[in-house]
Amino acid sequence: MKEELLKRWVKGPDGVEFEVEPLRDYYCEAPPTVMPAAYIKIVEDMFNWARAESIWILGFGTGCGAIEMRPLMTPRFDAYRYGVQWRPTPRQANLFIISGYLSTKTLKRAIRSYEQMQNPKYVIGLGSCTINGGMYWDSYNTIKRLDDYLPVDLYIAGCMPRPEALLAGFQDMKKLIRAGKGEGANKYAENFDWYKANQKKVIHDWDMPDYNW
Amino acid sequence: MTLRDLHTRLTALFPLGELTEQRPNLGFVTVPADYLRPTLLHLRDREGFTHLVLLTAVDWLEDGQFQLTYLLSNRAIPCDIGLRVMLPREGASMESIHELWPTAATYQRELREMFGIAFPGSPRVEEEFILEGWIDLPPYRRDFDTKKFSEENFNHRPGRETTDPAAHMKKQLYPGGL
Repeated sequence: MKEELLKRWVKGPDGVEFEVEPLRDYYCEAPPTVMPAAYIKIVEDMFNWARAESIWILGFGTGCGAIEMRPLMTPRFDAYRYGVQWRPTPRQANLFIISGYLSTKTLKRAIRSYEQMQNPKYVIGLGSCTINGGMYWDSYNTIKRLDDYLPVDLYIAGCMPRPEALLAGFQDMKKLIRAGKGEGANKYAENFDWYKANQKKVIHDWDMPDYNW
Repeated sequence: MTLRDLHTRLTALFPLGELTEQRPNLGFVTVPADYLRPTLLHLRDREGFTHLVLLTAVDWLEDGQFQLTYLLSNRAIPCDIGLRVMLPREGASMESIHELWPTAATYQRELREMFGIAFPGSPRVEEEFILEGWIDLPPYRRDFDTKKFSEENFNHRPGRETTDPAAHMKKQLYPGGL
């Protein structure tokens, strides 16, 4: 574990010594909980309509697929006309696109970013690398099945999928959300221990809290 | 100045191996590990090879040796020369050259992590460079089996098919046989 994450005594500017334990002090320790649906179906449907029409994507490119997002967000393919936009921080986003291969080192950052996103949140796996490893199926540092580590709502196959495929994927994602099937965050909360066990199996230097948000 | 002239001048000073001329302005020569530093210093200060282009390694598993290649460039001529150093693979260790070129420290850190070659005294050489929490053999060593490691560590999704490209195209193009 890194030195700055260890529990230690710190002397403040006023001369008072106090104990700091970064993993407990800077994060909330409570595990995620299942978010129940609204009290009546028509309200939940209205929520789902609103969620489907405001897909905000976390601007986090993990692999070569991140290249496909640039023409998508600029005038050539212009995803903004569908109500889809990219946001700079996890707190403002509700869709996480894992764009291609994911090394175990990036997986750690992806988990952190996913957990920092607010409910309801969705994950799209882009490209064959997220499905079965793709061309990195025998690599020593990339994972082969994304759905072992994060709850994936939708896969877009291809190596790489073109921006048009992503646009079609957004439409499918909207249909899923409106049908009330975008339950990834609840699935993550329900099977939290299973996901954590899988994540810790491949990330050998685990140096973050079990759930950070 | 040709590479031949340079090689003649160098062999008068250091016990170098034969010159391999890849191109008129790119050559490789083998140097004993003890003579690497004086040869590098001579090339840098007297011959104008001021730029360390790269420092890389090759794993000769069958011969039990690592080959380090120090590629130097003289921008004025222009001309490149690569110095090869052979090291025994067991407990491989090499003198650090970070005082000659500070960038060498980064290369040495990478080589330590990916090949397990030690460079005592090189700055931050013991720190992780690319890999985090690595638990196995250094991955660029040829006796490290990347497929086996991947199968043991990462879950596999069943249903993946692999076809031989030649046989597949033959079947596609000539369904009735040749």
